[in-house]
Amino acid sequence: MEQLLSEIVAKYNYWIYVVLMMIGFYAMIGKRNLVKKLLGMNIFQTAIILFYVSIGSKRGGGIPIVDKHAAMLHGVDATGVVNPLPHVLMLTAIVVSVSVTGVALAILIRIYRKYDTLEEDEILEKIGR
Amino acid sequence: MKRLQEQARGRDIGDNLIIRTAVRLLVPFIQLFGLYVIVHGHYSPGGGFQGGVILGASFILLALAYDLRTSLRFMSERTNAILGNAGVLIFTGIAVLCALLGGLFLDYSALDRLISLGPIEWRSLGIFLVEVGVGTAVMSIMVSLFWDLGSGGEMDEGL
Amino acid sequence: MKALAFLATLATGIVLLYGTRDFAAWGDAASPASRHVSPVYIERAVKETHVPNLVTAILGDYRGYDTMFETVVIYCAGLAVVCVLRRQKT
Repeated sequence: MEQLLSEIVAKYNYWIYVVLMMIGFYAMIGKRNLVKKLLGMNIFQTAIILFYVSIGSKRGGGIPIVDKHAAMLHGVDATGVVNPLPHVLMLTAIVVSVSVTGVALAILIRIYRKYDTLEEDEILEKIGR
Repeated sequence: MKRLQEQARGRDIGDNLIIRTAVRLLVPFIQLFGLYVIVHGHYSPGGGFQGGVILGASFILLALAYDLRTSLRFMSERTNAILGNAGVLIFTGIAVLCALLGGLFLDYSALDRLISLGPIEWRSLGIFLVEVGVGTAVMSIMVSLFWDLGSGGEMDEGL
Repeated sequence: MKALAFLATLATGIVLLYGTRDFAAWGDAASPASRHVSPVYIERAVKETHVPNLVTAILGDYRGYDTMFETVVIYCAGLAVVCVLRRQKT
């Protein structure tokens, strides 16, 4: 128990992201409403984004914007700046998640127009399965 | 203030007076800030995506506070489509131009053969041009997403 | 059905939590993610591109393909929404 607790405290950030991801995952597979499923997917994406950003952090590292003149003269110390690569990847991932949400909402509007409901079982009933 | 009140009486905007006046005052500053975020992306947090979203948010704010038609008066659907296409074209066009000028695809230092500024300066400038393209495209797509989702594709009053 | 979904979620969560045992601690400068390409980017970006914001330098220059096709992706998303929602004006 003592060991488990120290394990949680040492990596509490990953534990939080895994819990967040579980919430999103449950919403995606357990809920019957299509909008709730979509919200679950968004929570899932948020967990992934936070996870990546936390991978890039360094203790005592500054923001990845450096003093240009000092950098030109002496170069930059890589341990003093947080890893900018996850930030770049997540910057694009956020915009992709926005566009995915947009397309999904458009399809949901179309589904609602055709079947007058967003509940999964009712749609399946109307399709005739 | 008196003039605004008279306008309010004339146009029957009722409870929305404060919101609409505030939005009217805020929108130019939001757009200015969006441009600042795009242009200043080299030296501070910012860049094409963030600035584009801020610019798009200004039009979305107009559409929320007034209605969709009003925001269409400031930015017509046609202009929006042209801007969206232009943004993607700027990015891919610069990439192809680099290849045509003898460099690698997306290697901005090849643009040095067009105007001689030095290859490293061109890499900096190329990033800036690309960010402008990204910002334009993102703004247009965000506004278009809101218009279509908010009105269900009808482009009428909206939310 | 809900119980099944809950069990599946729980199983996935336990596997992932077990996986965190091998991860580097928070803020570890010697973690695998910070050792491979990122020091090269950090040390060279300013000299090679004259851009003090490393995120912008990587986004626009080193990873230009990523950004370009990502712009194409949101462009396609905009097109898709217009195609899905617009109806023929009669």
